[in-house]
Amino acid sequence: MNKARSNPLNTFAMHGALILYTLIALFPVFVILINSFKTRKAIFREPLALPDADSFSLIGYQTVMKQGDFFLYFQNSMIVTVASLTLVLLFGAMAAYALSEYKFRGSTLLGLYLALGIMIPIRIGTVAILEMMVASGLVNTLWALILVYTAQGLPLAVFILSEFMKQVSDDLKNAGRIDGLSEYTIFFRLVLPLVRPAMATVAVFNMIPIWNDLWFPLILAPAEETKTLTLGSQVFIGQFVTNWNAVLSALSLAILPVLVLYMIFSRQLIRGITSGAVK
Amino acid sequence: MTALSLKNVNKSFGPVHVLKDINLEVEDGEFVVFVGPSGCGKSTLLRVIAGLEDATSGEIHIAGEQVNLTPPSKRGIAMVFQSYALYPHLNVRGNMTLALKQERQPKAVIEERVAEASRMLGLEPYLDRYPSELSGGQRQRVAIGRAIVRQPKLFLFDEPLSNLDAALRMNTRIEIANLHRQLSASMIYVTHDQTEAMTLADKIVVLRDGRVEQIGSPMELYNDPANRFVAGFLGAPSMNFLPAEALNPGDPREMGIRPEDIRLEGGGPIAGRVSHVEQLGGDTNVILETPSAPLTIRLFGQHDIRAGQDARFGFDPSRAYYFDEGGQRLR
Repeated sequence: MNKARSNPLNTFAMHGALILYTLIALFPVFVILINSFKTRKAIFREPLALPDADSFSLIGYQTVMKQGDFFLYFQNSMIVTVASLTLVLLFGAMAAYALSEYKFRGSTLLGLYLALGIMIPIRIGTVAILEMMVASGLVNTLWALILVYTAQGLPLAVFILSEFMKQVSDDLKNAGRIDGLSEYTIFFRLVLPLVRPAMATVAVFNMIPIWNDLWFPLILAPAEETKTLTLGSQVFIGQFVTNWNAVLSALSLAILPVLVLYMIFSRQLIRGITSGAVK
Repeated sequence: MTALSLKNVNKSFGPVHVLKDINLEVEDGEFVVFVGPSGCGKSTLLRVIAGLEDATSGEIHIAGEQVNLTPPSKRGIAMVFQSYALYPHLNVRGNMTLALKQERQPKAVIEERVAEASRMLGLEPYLDRYPSELSGGQRQRVAIGRAIVRQPKLFLFDEPLSNLDAALRMNTRIEIANLHRQLSASMIYVTHDQTEAMTLADKIVVLRDGRVEQIGSPMELYNDPANRFVAGFLGAPSMNFLPAEALNPGDPREMGIRPEDIRLEGGGPIAGRVSHVEQLGGDTNVILETPSAPLTIRLFGQHDIRAGQDARFGFDPSRAYYFDEGGQRLR
């Protein structure tokens, strides 16, 4: 075992630093959560106080439930996020495999071209995207968002995954070829499970910006039936009056599903099964 | 019948010519070892035979059939990889049966073959374990089992022992030799380790820079090397080379003497200062600094020789080899 790690003082310092960081990171979430259970006056009087018998109120949650179709927004956000992630992971992994496994004329150039998207923010193309969506009749559909987010996520996914796929043992793929597995089976059954940690990383990286995005829902799908959660919460933020109870309650509710998705993906970050495949 | 025949096989990666006009016949039941320093093309040659790389030109026949365009799974081969390459998501049984399931063999056949292979390799207790739960030696046996169950016309081994520790390597080497006797199958084995080559092979193919240097039985190559490279590559410690004029003034040739052919001799022609002694119990290795070149001398038994002392050695002239400037053997 590493000497530095077994030293109790170092362990203490390491855990101290990590705990401190966790506290800092969780603090805003904590403030949102406690304030979502307080009356409006209590929020402003003592923003950091815990809700007590006096200040406890579910008014925020009640407003959220009454106003607008919150569950529909929720569902829309979920559909968009999950569908986009699925497509990003599927196509990203397939492209990455092709680029890392098969050397063909122009494969390096194609890889660079795909990676170029990382450097160019997709929002620059908003007007063109909107025109395309209008032309194809996809405005105010969830497909508009799914397609845009897929395009937005692919460059980074291809970039990260192709690096990881290069590390998958050639022997393993060749063993599959000799055993008569098709290239698709080799990809889905042998390679994908081995790059699962990388897939989870890509998923987490992509998930949060998609879930939180306000820009594209506002422009491409602002209709009532396609509103996402972030866009839906905006009704409580006015130019002059903001219903803080409702905003905080909506945000608290919005955190939950991301948390669940995050936990699912972070589980995958644990390698476990991959050890012992080769060497 | 020939299990494998290669005719003028060439392989280039872009401008790099890796295999140059390889011609080779492997008879049925023969154990052939490809040996050579790293980068000599031996693994590439194996991959060309397996069909994992396409030959740039030339013909490859396995069991009489030309297979240049046949995919690896239909060539009737099985391969054991250096890194084992077990499927991490399948247990031992799953690893061994996958190829048979792909071939759509009947269930009874699959079970019988797995039972047979696991009995031969002593894998019965591990059939339900996953690769991550096995030790290195067990994994290697599973990899070999995966090859056996397919009952291939040709076994291909790609440096299967180089990830094992020394003790296990010897055991597995003996196991592979036994397996070859039991199965009487044709096997091709790639290694850079000349001990493995000498101990396992019926026939050794020595490769260098993508060319076959010499083909023959281990003792043929050892006793009758075609050139300086083969002479130096086989045998441990390796052959001593020195200019022949050191012992015989005016002789332009290069002389090679195996370390074991040199003996202690009071008035011997080789004189020098001992720079290092390795006492191995059974053998004593002496490194001797002579005016022309350092020599390794292998004396049988134990000798009281110390570093720094002067000594004289002799050799049997009939056991010396001679080479020309280009490294070709002169007989």
